Amino acid sequence: MPTMLEVTGLNHRYGKGDGAHVAVRELSFSVDAGELACIVGPSGCGKSTLLRCIAGLIPPTGGSVRLHGDEVSGVPDDLAVVFQDYSRSLFPWLTVARNVEFPLRWRKLSKQERAERAQEALDAVGLSGVGKKFPWQLSGGMQQRVSIARALASKPALLIMDEPFASVDAQTRFELEDLLRRVQREQQSTILLVTHDIDESVYLGDRVLVLSKSPATIVADLAVDLPAERDQIATRESAKFVTLRGEVARLLQTGPAAPATTEEASDEVTAAADAAEWAATEEEAAETGGATKEARH
Amino acid sequence: MTQVTERATRLRSQAAAGISGFARNWLVFIGAVAVWELATRLAASVFFPPPSEIVATAGQLWFSGPASQLFLSETVFDHILPSIGRCLGGWAIAVVLGVGLGTALGRSRTGMEYVGPLFAFFRAIPPPTLVPVFMVLFGLGPGMQVATIIFGAIWPILLNTVDGVRSVDSVKVDTARSFRTPAPYWIGMVVLPAALPKIFAGLRLSLSISLILMVVSELIGSLNGIGHQLISSQQQFEFPLMWSWIVLLGILGYGLNAVLLAVERRVLRWQPTRNDDA
Ligand SMILES: Nc1ncnc2c1ncn2[C@@H]1O[C@H](COP(=O)(O)OP(=O)(O)OP(=O)(O)O)[C@@H](O)[C@H]1O
Ligand SMILES: [Mg+2]
Repeated sequence: MPTMLEVTGLNHRYGKGDGAHVAVRELSFSVDAGELACIVGPSGCGKSTLLRCIAGLIPPTGGSVRLHGDEVSGVPDDLAVVFQDYSRSLFPWLTVARNVEFPLRWRKLSKQERAERAQEALDAVGLSGVGKKFPWQLSGGMQQRVSIARALASKPALLIMDEPFASVDAQTRFELEDLLRRVQREQQSTILLVTHDIDESVYLGDRVLVLSKSPATIVADLAVDLPAERDQIATRESAKFVTLRGEVARLLQTGPAAPATTEEASDEVTAAADAAEWAATEEEAAETGGATKEARH
Repeated sequence: MTQVTERATRLRSQAAAGISGFARNWLVFIGAVAVWELATRLAASVFFPPPSEIVATAGQLWFSGPASQLFLSETVFDHILPSIGRCLGGWAIAVVLGVGLGTALGRSRTGMEYVGPLFAFFRAIPPPTLVPVFMVLFGLGPGMQVATIIFGAIWPILLNTVDGVRSVDSVKVDTARSFRTPAPYWIGMVVLPAALPKIFAGLRLSLSISLILMVVSELIGSLNGIGHQLISSQQQFEFPLMWSWIVLLGILGYGLNAVLLAVERRVLRWQPTRNDDA
């Protein structure tokens, strides 16, 4: 797979002199085309800063970002960002369909082609019949789907998502996670997604990049060798998932250089317990989950 | 059959609701007119003719024309329409200038810092005091009046536009930037819609200022118009006539505001708080 995104020696410092705050330090990684890479890091470590540098919304104070080989200075052409705050990111004065059409407005497309592409994007996120409504007439989860559809409609080479599911409820979040994986495989998109949720990063990603506390540096780059077809209940219960989850949690807590065996064991116990607890609470929602649980007990 | 009767009942109940709503809205108004009628009849002062007399005079004054002119009298064409034309014309120019300039200044980082004090100073000058200045510049006539109206009406629009244009939410700014939105789309589809609620507040204020300045400029120096007729009827002790011009100004102010409100409701129907029924 060719490299889609290449970040080398990225630094970002807010302010100057004594009051300066280093948000990102010497950060390097790359993302291949068609990959879904998750970045997980503690709150306030500089994840949004990193994404804003990659998206060209702010110029980094050092290092370089390359999108399919071209140096990024200013916002690149074929990139889209999904923000956490969907209610502020959507335009309330435009209907859902017009919101999704927005990035196509200035492309050389006929009105009909534009409407078709917007409809395709809305279909892809399971929102076929709501084009004429205004965003505020939809639930939070649906609004975030609209902003994902809007990003998809512009057919970006790289889709950047900053904690896209952090402000929806748990059930909706699982739906949106599955939706994102499905759409990503269908459209072969390259996605870089930031989250502070360990489980989400492992469940969603083909790869997980673990960031340190502020200033953000890369602590580890883990390949997620879970099957491509994932299932909210079965996958989260699988031994591989639990191990990976524990590993990410440990990396976030202690950094890479301190593998403590006793802690490892207790971590995995907690992780397994969490997974079981989760399965129990979500039992009503998914019959298959109920069956798995029956078998286990 | 039943459907038809159902619809008829619904229409009737809607009509009833409409009438009761109308009654609520106008009950006090009608009462006040009745009290006014009674009081003026009892007082029998020449300065305060009863409303019935004012209405009769007004009807005679405005609707005594030939059928070919829709019964509108010469007065309507010589005085009322020119007045309304100047008022709306001046206001429209103020809207275009105010919104255009306001958008440019609001989006520029430093523009307002340069012109802010100047605007604050100009805005503090009561516009009627500039009538003599504009009279010297433009002479008696529509030029002076329109200039006065523009000068008075532009500030609320300009300053509200600057304010509205500046208040674009930062996430929307980032969203538009991340799509590389070209300037015309950025202004037309993001900045102006976001500023519209504030702009409309400025438009309403400036429309009533326009009407006031229309009258004031005509009272001071004009050859025709509502204000001119008002002052000359007063000087000729034609008090019912004078009152009918005052009533007309009330009707005009109410009507213009109602039209603007209707436009605002339509343009801003995307606002969640406005749409109880959607
Ligand atoms: N515009 C700014 N000016 C100065 N400092 C900033 C600015 N934006 C962010 N910071 C600081 O940079 C650090 C990283 O912020 P950033 O928003 O990138 O973190 P984050 O990992 O996205 O956090 P969260 O998980 O809360 O979203 C924080 O300490 C923050 O205070
Ligand atoms: Mg953030």
